Amino acid sequence: MSAGAPPRLWPRLGLALLVTLAVVPFLPKWAAFLVTLALAKGLVALGLLLLMRTGLVSFGQGLYYGIGAYAAGMGASALELGDAVPLVLLGATAAGLVALLLGLLLARYRTIFFAMLSLAFSMIFYGLLVKTSALGSTDGFNVAARSTFGLPTTSPVGRFGVYGLGALVVFVGAASLDRYLRSHLGRLAPAIRDNELRVEYMGASVRNVVHLHLVLAAVLAGAGGALTALAVGHVDPETTYWTTSGEFVFVAILSGTGSVAAPFVGALLLELLRSFAYEHAPNTWQLVVGASMLAVILFLPEGLWSVFRRRRRAA
Amino acid sequence: MSAILETRGLTKAFGAVVAANDLSVSVAPDTVVGLIGGNGAGKTTFLNLVTGYQKPTAGTVTFEGRDITGLAPRRITRLGICRSFQIPQVFDTLTAYENLLVGLGIVSLGRRAFVGSALGDQAPEAVAEEMLQRFRLGEWRDAPASALPEGVRKLLDIAMALAVKPRILLLDEPTSGVSADEKFALMDLVLGAIRADKVTVLFVEHDMDIVRRYTERILAFYDGRIIADGMPDRVLADAEVRRYVTGEPVPGGA
Ligand SMILES: Nc1ncnc2c1ncn2[C@@H]1O[C@H](COP(=O)(O)OP(=O)(O)OP(=O)(O)O)[C@@H](O)[C@H]1O
Ligand SMILES: [Mg+2]
Repeated sequence: MSAGAPPRLWPRLGLALLVTLAVVPFLPKWAAFLVTLALAKGLVALGLLLLMRTGLVSFGQGLYYGIGAYAAGMGASALELGDAVPLVLLGATAAGLVALLLGLLLARYRTIFFAMLSLAFSMIFYGLLVKTSALGSTDGFNVAARSTFGLPTTSPVGRFGVYGLGALVVFVGAASLDRYLRSHLGRLAPAIRDNELRVEYMGASVRNVVHLHLVLAAVLAGAGGALTALAVGHVDPETTYWTTSGEFVFVAILSGTGSVAAPFVGALLLELLRSFAYEHAPNTWQLVVGASMLAVILFLPEGLWSVFRRRRRAA
Repeated sequence: MSAILETRGLTKAFGAVVAANDLSVSVAPDTVVGLIGGNGAGKTTFLNLVTGYQKPTAGTVTFEGRDITGLAPRRITRLGICRSFQIPQVFDTLTAYENLLVGLGIVSLGRRAFVGSALGDQAPEAVAEEMLQRFRLGEWRDAPASALPEGVRKLLDIAMALAVKPRILLLDEPTSGVSADEKFALMDLVLGAIRADKVTVLFVEHDMDIVRRYTERILAFYDGRIIADGMPDRVLADAEVRRYVTGEPVPGGA
């Protein structure tokens, strides 16, 4: 942190968006799928970045991820929405509304109590899904969008619709959050993490800011869940299970909170690691993932992103 | 002349310890009042009760004729009562500049909620720069608050309280942790910055030279009660005050 405001990130994010879209036609299907999943899960980790900057770690983001996925799925089947765009909006909105409600309680808690209460809500939702046969219980149900931005999924371009939509949502989400974090309101995140009492004594309501950040993080997670549902073509209760939530925390810590781009780098790495480890070491892949986490915590306590920053400083 | 701040029977008990015992004080506008007393006498508790950090066991606080007892600190801040802290309450990972910008940003977001702000028609960034200069914090602009010397943290803490244009400023031991030869300079700086606006100042102080130099009235605390109240010369000459407050050297406080 030094003199002058750090450079705005959106031009570089925009470039990343263009590159991501440009490489689509050349990617094999499995790679496009892998990148889409990384973008979707990176969105959830991006929400966690906001919470972590506010001093909070949620072990229950799977709740909003699952709500986003199921809302998109039900939008496609029950509401007969055929296009991916409104389905993602629906997922994000549903998750945001749930956070608006739960935030009334959650925004009062901090540290391990906050983490455990978030976990509890996600487990309750998991329990409900498993018991709801109309939603397929443990099997879940299939989801399919007929088009993206009106381009049918059967057309040459529309085939990659969800991939492109994911890249666009990530661009809008990351650029907006970057801008927000530089605003007067966004600056309260580190202030709250450092000293809540002082923030109150400056005339602001800490609880309201925390509540807002819970909703913003949920909206991002909901969009991520909806994108995953559309990419996979299926939703099931696993999306809200605690191991899924744990994976998001994993990605957020692996990436670090230094930049809004970090969660996507971290998510992509995890997806790559997982798919290669699955293939070459199907029985020990958790071991590989665990060992890499350990290495990051020991050698890069500020996350993978600090590698980029260190190199820039050296240059 | 009607009081700007008035407490009636203000009492705070922590179990068996009565930290504030039936305090009735009336402060006239545009005055500088010194709060003295040994360790544990109840000075900080008095400030905590007035600013809403702690709820009184009994009694009321009235500000400009309005009952503010039990209001949250953020509401009391918006009304124009601001404070600094005995142990500086700054944002450790933010720079000095950002620390000031947090408060100024809050004020600019909620202009209508605050009775007055230090902003005028300027942008928060410009005012933050100007305050850095005014409080001679310029050389620390980009240093994280955690790296600042104690005296500078103290000054930053006070400057932060002035993001809101206060009607009353409460300072809890502004000169503790500041070297002896810099105490007067600090008080000149702080009072100089706000007295032109007729801000009422209450400050807790252990150094009697400072108290004598800057106040026009002293409240002497002992064991949760006010044992003397009046002109500095009279209070400092009071037998009980000499015995319980100034008679023996008073350590710097926690
Ligand atoms: N939160 C609390 N819980 C229990 N006791 C408290 C609390 N705050 C203060 N006290 C007690 O109340 C009494 C008055 O404390 P206070 O901090 O107001 O003293 P003070 O005059 O500011 O002293 P100092 O000069 O050391 O800062 C002390 O006996 C203290 O131990
Ligand atoms: Mg004290």
